[in-house]
Amino acid sequence: MPQKIFAPWDDPDETPLIRFQNVSKRFGDFTAIDAIDLEIYAREFFALLGPSGCGKTTLMRMLAGFETPSSGKIFLSGQDIAPVPPNQRAVNMMFQSYALFPHLSVWDNIAFGLRREGRARDEIDARVGEMLKLTRLEKFARRKPHQISGGQRQRVALARSLAKAPKLLLLDEPLGALDKKLREETQFELMDIQETTGTTFVIVTHDQEEAMTVASRVAVMDEGRLIQVATPDRIYEAPASVYVADFIGDVNIIEGKAHQTGDRVQVDWAEGQPALAAKTTRDFSLEQTCYLAIRPEKVAISAEKPSGANVLSGEVLDIAYLGNLSTYHVKLPTGHVIKAQQANTRRIARRPFTWEDKVWVSWTESAAVVLDR
Amino acid sequence: MRRLILIAIPYVWLLALFLIPFFIVVKISLSDVALARPPYMPQLDWSAGWEGIRNFFAALDFENFGFLTTDDLYWKAYLSSLQIAGISTLLTLIVGFPIAYGMARAPEHWRPTLMMLVILPFWTSFLIRVYAWMGILSQNGLLNGVLMSLGVIGEPLTILNTDVAVYIGIVYTYLPFMILPIYAALEKLDSSLLEAAEDLGCSRLTAFWLITVPLSKQGVIAGCFLVFIPAVGEFVIPSLLGGSETLMIGKVLYEEFFSNRDWPVASAVAVVLLLILVIPIVLFQRNEQKQREAEG
Amino acid sequence: MNRLSPFNVVSLTLGFAFLYLPMVILVIYSFNESKLVTVWAGFSTKWYGELVRNEAFLDAALVTLQVALLTSTLATILGTCAAYVLIRMHRFPGRTLFSGMIYAPLVMPDVILGLSLLLLFIGLNVDRGVLTIVLAHTTFAMCYVSVVVSSRLVAFDRSLEEAALDLGATPFQTFRLVTLPIIAPAVISGWLLAFTLSLDDLVIASFTAGPSSTTLPMKIFSAVRLGVSPEINALSTIMIAIVTVGVITASLVSKRAAVRRLREEKAAERA
Repeated sequence: MPQKIFAPWDDPDETPLIRFQNVSKRFGDFTAIDAIDLEIYAREFFALLGPSGCGKTTLMRMLAGFETPSSGKIFLSGQDIAPVPPNQRAVNMMFQSYALFPHLSVWDNIAFGLRREGRARDEIDARVGEMLKLTRLEKFARRKPHQISGGQRQRVALARSLAKAPKLLLLDEPLGALDKKLREETQFELMDIQETTGTTFVIVTHDQEEAMTVASRVAVMDEGRLIQVATPDRIYEAPASVYVADFIGDVNIIEGKAHQTGDRVQVDWAEGQPALAAKTTRDFSLEQTCYLAIRPEKVAISAEKPSGANVLSGEVLDIAYLGNLSTYHVKLPTGHVIKAQQANTRRIARRPFTWEDKVWVSWTESAAVVLDR
Repeated sequence: MRRLILIAIPYVWLLALFLIPFFIVVKISLSDVALARPPYMPQLDWSAGWEGIRNFFAALDFENFGFLTTDDLYWKAYLSSLQIAGISTLLTLIVGFPIAYGMARAPEHWRPTLMMLVILPFWTSFLIRVYAWMGILSQNGLLNGVLMSLGVIGEPLTILNTDVAVYIGIVYTYLPFMILPIYAALEKLDSSLLEAAEDLGCSRLTAFWLITVPLSKQGVIAGCFLVFIPAVGEFVIPSLLGGSETLMIGKVLYEEFFSNRDWPVASAVAVVLLLILVIPIVLFQRNEQKQREAEG
Repeated sequence: MNRLSPFNVVSLTLGFAFLYLPMVILVIYSFNESKLVTVWAGFSTKWYGELVRNEAFLDAALVTLQVALLTSTLATILGTCAAYVLIRMHRFPGRTLFSGMIYAPLVMPDVILGLSLLLLFIGLNVDRGVLTIVLAHTTFAMCYVSVVVSSRLVAFDRSLEEAALDLGATPFQTFRLVTLPIIAPAVISGWLLAFTLSLDDLVIASFTAGPSSTTLPMKIFSAVRLGVSPEINALSTIMIAIVTVGVITASLVSKRAAVRRLREEKAAERA
């Protein structure tokens, strides 16, 4: 039996768990959130991605109840949550600083929210035990927060916010304080936990790799607006704008004028150079300014002139050796620098190109994306 | 060599002017009062050599300490000093905590100014600050005048020269000692902890009890000791604001020395006072140590 | 986000009123024509005039200033040495005793300090006067200075000293050219603290002063024991005014320095 792909956002019959309706938030003259509409579905792992100050944290704090919208409405399970104070929302938050109570043990930290609900002792015991098991913290239950490592602290914070089985869990830069290796491990752990508990997660992050790894959908934000909301592969392969393309991964951007015929666009980008060709689903008017975006790993580099469209000659300016990959910076006669990435399948000594070599870079018509902004 | 000099200068100074004088106090507390100059005996007779030293030590005894226990003036004074200091410390905490809390909650750009306003009285003369209350609390003072003209009371209250005036004086002069450590603790308190508590279902008030209070505990303890320890040995406040009934050991010691000229008993009073203070001082140091460890 | 709740506004207002009202009242009544405290008989500066003519007070003020200047200077030198030894020298015989002797005077009641020093001076047959007060004040003031300076020394980046030594400076030059300029603010506040402590002290001075060296607090104390006097109000007002002006100036100067530093850092950042 083929497994059904999880994509409630494509299903018109699904009702979203959270709905932002024309929500704005202003602090004095400053507009932190600018008329946002957004729907997040149950069981989603939703990432809010953007640089610092883009409004993603404000958006999350409105869900937690620490900020109220200046205008617009937020619905949780169809109910307007504006009048509900933070301590009565079925929403829990994992804080960026973890905000673990330093005077309480790991166990008491996790039990904190359950105790506020006035649950029975054995029920609390059982639930805390369950959470400790889920986050593999059984051995550290009696320790104080300062007696455990950063990674363990992160898991305590997660266990504490999950203990009350919230409808929605908010994670504010949850892995920001961990080093790179631990961060990568923890990302997979987070995904496992999200799957086992079936909780809806909304994560705020400025790390695009993290968002791409964990999320079912990513919302890219800038200056209080949503730029694009889509699955990670759509965001990467079909960015909605230069901003998104540039923010997610590495990209070459070439500005030019569009000449469209059907689903093909020819981009005139420099005097005396052949136009660059690309497939598109958009419509461009004649001579409209457009941007051709091409990922470095889709740019081939060779010593011989290859056949086909989009072939440019240049000279190797710089080589960044990354171990498994090398990125070549190729300078074109026009002054543009194109980044081309190649897997290092051979030993470095036998690398085919070196500095100042004359090379050809090329890519296929379907590899590039043409953007209007 | 330079290193040695650097160590030696402050070291010798403190030995000569702090430690040795203190041993002299201990020694005199073991001597007997005498009508002589200086008014105590035995005197160490160096010319008699070993014999003199032996005689000297043989004549020392704990008689004065015995005297302190038999004359109930002294132990009453000790007890009442501890009691007055304890009550005043509690009152200072009650007055100081809300101020420290308000300061820690004030907008960040106000805080240096508020801080300066708390410290400023430190720099003005202690004596003057105590004296200021004399004019307010006296029988025909400002407080009585205001209360009577408002019709709150028909007859002037006697506040000056009672224990109440001493409490007011101690609370007033030592308030900054209470506010500053509590403020330091509250200011360090990460506001996301309170948000986390609210997020997990606490009301504002329960968050205050469960998070703010326990996390400012060490500041509160430090503040209490900083008020309590000097208040026990206080001299100026009970002499100016207290009455003849106000028994505080600092005052007793001063009078024993200057009025009765009984140096050995005064010294014994001082030694016992210090022994009593050792307990809170050690507890205070331990609290500070714990705080440093928690931060490091 | 950081708005004050009404509760906080009330507690701050009442708290600061409690701290300042008594002194404000004192200042107001120093300009009272009447000798009685409760009766306002019109504005007058006559008590200031009486004060200036009162030679006993002037003499006492002179003695006090002399003592305070000597004390603060001596205490700053000794206290800075002590702080340096305490923070920088980790191993020497009797280090525990040394740090104990630095901290003990901070918590020791004045009466005990005064009594013990008096007994020492009598034992050594020293004539009591300005000198003995200075010795006594320096002993406890140096401990305060050392606490203030050592808190600055702890925060001090040790590698700065190491860099100076590495570049060929002798330890003494390192102290003079690197350490001292950096800890200077703490040394200055230590000096000011020692100065006020000495200016303020009544109990220790009463024990260690001789018949010819009455300090201002002693004079005030013996005067106010008999009750409130408008002359003392005037004197208090002058002292409060000096301190207020001094502290506010100092804090403005340091605030301006901080602002300038911040601006320069921002400018450098942008460039």
